[in-house]
Amino acid sequence: MADRTRIFSIKEINRYIGMKLESDNLLNDVWLRGEISNFTHHSSGHMYFTLKDKDSRLKCIMFASHNQRLPFIPKEGAKVLARGNIAVYERDGNYQFYCTSMQPDGIGSLYLAYEQLKRKLEDEGLFEPARKRPIPKFPKAIGVITSPTGAAVRDILITLQRRHPSVPVLLFPVSVQGKGAAPSIVKAIEIMNRLAEVDVLIIGRGGGSLEELWAFNEETVARSIAASRIPVISAVGHETDFTISDFVSDLRAATPTAAAELAVTSVHELRSKLSQMESRMVQMLRMKLQGRQERLARLRRSPVFLNPRKYVLQQAQLLDIMQERLRNRALRLAERNRETYKNLFAALNRAHPGGKAALANKQLQAVTGRLESSMAAGMKERRLQLLASMRQLDALSPLKVMSRGYSLVYDEHGTKLVKSVSDVQPGDLLKVKVADGQLECQVWGLKGEA
Amino acid sequence: MAAKEKDKEKDKEKEKEEISFETAMERLEDIVGKLESGDVPLETAIELFQEGMKMSQLCGSKLEQVERKIEMLIESENGLQRKPFAPANEDRGE
Repeated sequence: MADRTRIFSIKEINRYIGMKLESDNLLNDVWLRGEISNFTHHSSGHMYFTLKDKDSRLKCIMFASHNQRLPFIPKEGAKVLARGNIAVYERDGNYQFYCTSMQPDGIGSLYLAYEQLKRKLEDEGLFEPARKRPIPKFPKAIGVITSPTGAAVRDILITLQRRHPSVPVLLFPVSVQGKGAAPSIVKAIEIMNRLAEVDVLIIGRGGGSLEELWAFNEETVARSIAASRIPVISAVGHETDFTISDFVSDLRAATPTAAAELAVTSVHELRSKLSQMESRMVQMLRMKLQGRQERLARLRRSPVFLNPRKYVLQQAQLLDIMQERLRNRALRLAERNRETYKNLFAALNRAHPGGKAALANKQLQAVTGRLESSMAAGMKERRLQLLASMRQLDALSPLKVMSRGYSLVYDEHGTKLVKSVSDVQPGDLLKVKVADGQLECQVWGLKGEA
Repeated sequence: MAAKEKDKEKDKEKEKEEISFETAMERLEDIVGKLESGDVPLETAIELFQEGMKMSQLCGSKLEQVERKIEMLIESENGLQRKPFAPANEDRGE
């Protein structure tokens, strides 16, 4: 509901309407029939006018870029067919017809039908190059669908005669203009397909006005050409005439004469091609033979054939030389091998473990000798040291001192040395060691040194 | 023996007749291409050459036929009929 309350500017709403119209397929490309009024050709080159019929009118514009190609001058009151699109002119808030092409009505309606059918079939893909069947190079028989009287059939037959007289022709006479033309052409295509005697069809007629050529712009004819199993060459009118049949056929020829030329290869061309191929074959074979002959001649001139004995002797000599070389080579090789053997043997001997052991033994003995002598020297030195130490020790021994009259006083257990008066109490038992024994004593009194 | 030989000849003639112009032409082009590629042994080349010449003569003889058959189809109560057609010499621009 909220967006219902939104208020648009005039420009916005006109733009919105414009977008609506532009998204419509019909309005994007439309044909109109009407009468021109209020026609002005502006100095800018653009044309402004109104298209009207008895009930209604529509503002129109045709830009200079489009109206330059107009095939006629639009006039006040002229009845026309116009093609273009409808769009909104935002500034004024009106819609108008933007005309891209225009034709006088009358003949114009034929143009219109032609354009519309062309577009329809094109959209269906009937003009696609991929659909087109190949025209056979050498047709066994040619079908011609055209009027039995007139220039077209004569041109076709004369051209076929001139170019390739031996190909049979099957003619299916049809009327090529007027009311009955289209159905008779359709029937002819069907019957030709049913008979399946010919392998290419020429369908066409001589030049004429748009109305006279009209049968070849009919949908039924176009569809039966598209459906034909036999490849179709179309040949309608002159170089400048294009019909729907031309677009759907497998090959378009500018004229009936051209169609006959496209249908068959000329005998003269084929003859010259044949003789050309013959001479190419002859030349190829000749070259091949020549090459072989030259090779043969070369081989025959080879000294092997000219003087086989000499060749054998030469070979024998060569054999001798080779043998000599071989023997020398063998001797040298043996010599070299002996040398190698000798060197290896010496090296092996040098490497004999017996020698190594003797050497090791010698080394062992030397080391043992050195060990023993260094041991003896060490022992002697230590013995001397020991004696010196013992003498020193002896000098320091308390026994030595005691023998000079000193004694050692111990507690009653003989474990602690008494060194001070404070170590004992009167009445304590003591052990006194002298040089040759021990005295058991008791302390009677204490007296410190002042 | 001679009769048999003759039959064989006839068969060969028939076979020739049955090869279409297009087939003969294609075979001929194929042979020329093979010979020009130059890597065929001599014996094969000679065989190819002979076959090629045969094909060329076959095509040539087919081109010699100048008898054109032009028929017009006519619809009647009895169905389709054929009759020879000779174009009238008039020009009505159709």
